[in-house]
Formats: sequence, C-alpha cells, structure tokens
Amino acid sequence: MSQQENKIDEYRRRFLGKGAALVGAAALAPGVILHTIAHAKPADEAVTSKVRWGFLIDANKCAENCDACVRACDEENGITKFGRPQTDAQWIRKITLRNKQTNHSITLPMMCQHCEHPPCVDVCPTGASFKRADGIVLVDKHICIGCRYCMMACPYKARSFIHETVTGQAPDVPRGKGTVESCTLCVHRVDRGETPACAEACAKTQEGPAILFGDLNDPNSKIAKRLASEPSSAVRADFRLDPGVRYQGI
Amino acid sequence: MFSKPIQFIAQRPTLFAVMIIAACVVSVSALAAVPKPEIPKGKGDRCVEDTGFMRKNHMELLLHQRDETVHRGIRTKKHSLKECIDCHAVNDNQGQPVSHEDSKHFCVVCHEYASVKIDCFECHASKPRVKKAGQRL
Repeated sequence: MSQQENKIDEYRRRFLGKGAALVGAAALAPGVILHTIAHAKPADEAVTSKVRWGFLIDANKCAENCDACVRACDEENGITKFGRPQTDAQWIRKITLRNKQTNHSITLPMMCQHCEHPPCVDVCPTGASFKRADGIVLVDKHICIGCRYCMMACPYKARSFIHETVTGQAPDVPRGKGTVESCTLCVHRVDRGETPACAEACAKTQEGPAILFGDLNDPNSKIAKRLASEPSSAVRADFRLDPGVRYQGI
Repeated sequence: MFSKPIQFIAQRPTLFAVMIIAACVVSVSALAAVPKPEIPKGKGDRCVEDTGFMRKNHMELLLHQRDETVHRGIRTKKHSLKECIDCHAVNDNQGQPVSHEDSKHFCVVCHEYASVKIDCFECHASKPRVKKAGQRL
C-alpha cells in the first residue's frame, strides 16, 4: 500500500469515529439536550412572565421516612443548622397529615408556594419581598430590614429569619444574619436551565419522582399536561393566592 | 504667657525657618513609610475593565449587577461578584483560598488600607466553593 492510501485510510477512520460519536450522543442523550434547549435562558436576558415556574407534588409517592428533598435543599443552598429547630432556617420541611377518623396519614414536602398573589409581598414595607416576572417569590436581602412582617403574613409558614451570623455560604446563595429567607425555587439553577435540587433528589429516590418541576404556562410542558389531565389541588385554596405549587393526593 | 516663643521667633528667624522645614521633611518621610498595599494578581491576562476604572468604579458595577441579577435574573459573568471572587482568590500556605477574615484576601487588602468597612461578605461567599465531582458552579 502506498503512503497516500495509508493517509486516506487514516482520514476515513477519523471521520467514521467522529460520526459514530455523534450518533451515540444523539441516541443516548436526546432528552438531556432537548431539555436544556427548552429551558436555558441566555444569561444576558431578563426573565419574562411568559413562563411561570411551579411544582406538582404527588403526596401518594412521598414516602414517610424519606427526607431526600430536605437534605438536597440544605446541601444546595448551604443551609447550616445550629441544633435549634425552633429558630433554625428551613426552606423545605416534611409534614404529616392524619385523618383522625380513619387514621390514614400522608406525608408531603411543604415550602414557599410561590403564589401569584403573595401576601408576603403585599405587607413588605421596603419592597424587599418581591415576585419575579417568572413567578418566583424572593427576598432581596440587600433591602430586607428583618422586620418579619412577611413571616406573619405567609399562611404556609414558609419563611425563616436568620438570627445568627452565617459563615460558609454557597457562592450562588448569599444568606446572612438579620434577613428573612425562604425557598427560592433554586433560582440560580433554574436560571441556567436546571431543575431545583429537591426535585432532582426526589427523582432519584426509590418511590419515584413525587416532585415535578416545570413551566405552568407552557401547555406542552409535562407539568401543564398532568395538571390538565389529573386532579390536583392547592393548599388552602380558599385564600385564592393561586400558588405555583400544586399537590395531588391530599 | 506666649511671649517667650514669640521672642524666640523674632530673635532667630533663620533658625525658626530651618526648624519648620525639618518638621515638614520628617512628616513627609513618615507618610512615605506607610507601606502601600500589595495587591495580589488575579488569574488570566487582564481584568474585565481597566485597572484604574475598576479601582474607582467597582462598587458601582457590583451594585448595578446586583439589582439586575436579583430582580431580573440577568446572570452575565462580566461584572458578577462571584466571578471577581473566583478570579481574585488568594491561596494560603496550604493552597486553600482564604476568606475575608484573612488580611491577604484580595478585597480586604485594599479596604483595610483605605479603612473602608464593607459588609458584602456577611452574606456573600468570600472564596470560591470547593468543586465536587460533576458539580457545576
């Protein structure tokens, strides 16, 4: 074989190798790639009200002794505890409901419900408590004066006040003494096209994904389709706050 | 009461002038003796803006970016505090990045010299997070 033919063979081999890699990627990860394209927002673009982020939580799939979501939240957001459950920060908690007549009990995760009409925003005297265009309710800690009106106003007990000096914060999640905080729907992850830490951890548990995250405004999203086809309810729907977190099985 | 010093100045004006000049020279040399802060070099070739501009305006850029990020979800890297911290991390003797409690910290070096107290790091992380396998930061 001449040297030139050898070279051609080498080119062919390289081309085929690259092709095989591409085919492999397309076969293995279409979900991953499509998912990222569907959600990732360019970093220099502001959030819009075209999307509204929310959760659909199936209490039937939530195991009583499982706290994977709580642990994942603490880890992701750098929430350190001082061993004082009365005052320690808590963004997500597991609660158990029991029917006194039948003794049937269910357990579910409870966190900021990211209301369409959030009472915490209504009462905030400084404008620190606000709702982002995409429906995520946040505290701007630069403006928060720690008055805790929002904690009083929230019917879901979703917010915590930070009583003690915090150290070792996660770079994406600034937190500090003298301000109020609550579930941010992992806004730093959502902004780069990922799902919140609790939903991700829940999907990896044996009982299966009890927490589904998605865009309530997009009729083609998994969450909107399930909300349209299956029964669901809001906690204390009588307040008419239109929470972004919906439950099944309660 | 003050007659004695005045008498001295009137009698020996040259000597007095020499004393005044000597006092000035001593104070200037004392000023020069205050060591300028040694500013640690960041990673990469250059900062996102000119050094002079950054010295004067970094707080304005950070303030602007903070509102854009918190309220509008704009997370461009150029003027983000997190990126400043990543690029300007200073390591201690063990090779671990130091926090704002250490005088070697990039921000602290200047702010201690200028006697400016900042409260950014009461909430914000002052050093990059240690990366775990497969974790995006």
